[in-house]
Amino acid sequence: MSYARRAWIILWKDFLVERRSKEQLNALLFFCLLLLFLFQFALGPDRERLAAALPGLLWLGFILAGLLGLGRSFLAERENDCWEGLRLSPGDKSAIYVGKLAGNCVLMAVVEIILVVLFGVFYDVDLWTPAAPLALVLAIGTVGLAAVGTLFAAMTTHVRARELLFPVLLLPVQVPVLLATVSATQALLLGQPLADVAHWLKLLVGADLVYVTIGLLTFEFVLEA
Amino acid sequence: MTITRILGWLAAIGLIAGLAAGFGYAPREAIQGNVQRIMYLHVPSVLTSYLAFGLVLIGSIAYLATRRAGWDRLAGAAGELGVLFTGLTIVTGSIWGKPTWGTWWTWDARLTSTAVLFCVYVGYLLLRSLIEDPDARGRYAAVVGVLGAVNIPIVHFSVKWWRALHQPSTILGPEPSPIDPAIGLALFVNWIAFTLLFVYFLSRRMEIARREEQM
Repeated sequence: MSYARRAWIILWKDFLVERRSKEQLNALLFFCLLLLFLFQFALGPDRERLAAALPGLLWLGFILAGLLGLGRSFLAERENDCWEGLRLSPGDKSAIYVGKLAGNCVLMAVVEIILVVLFGVFYDVDLWTPAAPLALVLAIGTVGLAAVGTLFAAMTTHVRARELLFPVLLLPVQVPVLLATVSATQALLLGQPLADVAHWLKLLVGADLVYVTIGLLTFEFVLEA
Repeated sequence: MTITRILGWLAAIGLIAGLAAGFGYAPREAIQGNVQRIMYLHVPSVLTSYLAFGLVLIGSIAYLATRRAGWDRLAGAAGELGVLFTGLTIVTGSIWGKPTWGTWWTWDARLTSTAVLFCVYVGYLLLRSLIEDPDARGRYAAVVGVLGAVNIPIVHFSVKWWRALHQPSTILGPEPSPIDPAIGLALFVNWIAFTLLFVYFLSRRMEIARREEQM
């Protein structure tokens, strides 16, 4: 079986599980809506203040939803010795990482689209004009977030205090991604062209490459337990 | 054991010599006055923490490659000391910053990246403390150790572009150092003393870890 095929099987399996259980997505979508309320209550009704804080809030929302969603990536495998099943699967174990990473990127993409639409509607911001460059920034940023998130989720699955350890490990490592995406998002919302944020995009692409490479190289050590 | 003991004494002598050099031999700095003398702790601390995190990286990679428990003990001990010396760097930096910049803390590029580094390795230690199985602890910690180290340049650039108050590095820069030779010498003595102290702590900590595993 080819590498891509094995990665696809993992992705498809998780998709089927999610479609039949609807365990994560429903709760996550509702969580996004609640986040929106929370930001509104925290900052008050002042529109200008909300608009100024928007890029940061948007990414805070993605990160919070990501902490919940990504952290659960391998929880299903904890039961019925599925973890052993993953370990016994033939070939290069990094294919499992690729499959899980792809699944997490899809999950984050859904959450992000919902949050962006909700933000656009509730806070009355024009997110349509810069939609294409914004999507690019979100996509590159999401890969960086999901690459480390997937690796750490696999790691913390078997650890005590998993819910606590996952964010404590992930957040400091994700500082560059957060700085780059928030800065780039801010510039785009102010109507600046994509060329103005090119340095941030390069940094993000570099970070993505580094994180994914490390994930591919070290995943088999994480899977051993 | 005797080598460790000799190292300890050398470190003690070095630290006393460093204090003498910092307070006695080195001249009073022209603009900042005596406040600047905290540099003899601040700069050696940060250099020592770089050494420590470098060793975490080496120990982590070597553990993943060889699975020898000794490499994991090296990485773990260096990680603890790295957090200690980064903490010292931040504290001495704050004490230095208050009279010279007028604030304990600012979100300047270097301060921020040091703080991020501190948080990454505190997470590393937390992860180690939560896993009992030595092999799983070694493997997981090594993955975080590698990722944390490789992430340092990315953090550096992101934070630099985000905020650009801290003076640029004077010693490691490309131009010849403008530092007074006496100040340079006092700094050098303290750096050597800190490095000796680090190696002493490291060997003691690794020995304790080895005995803990035997129990």
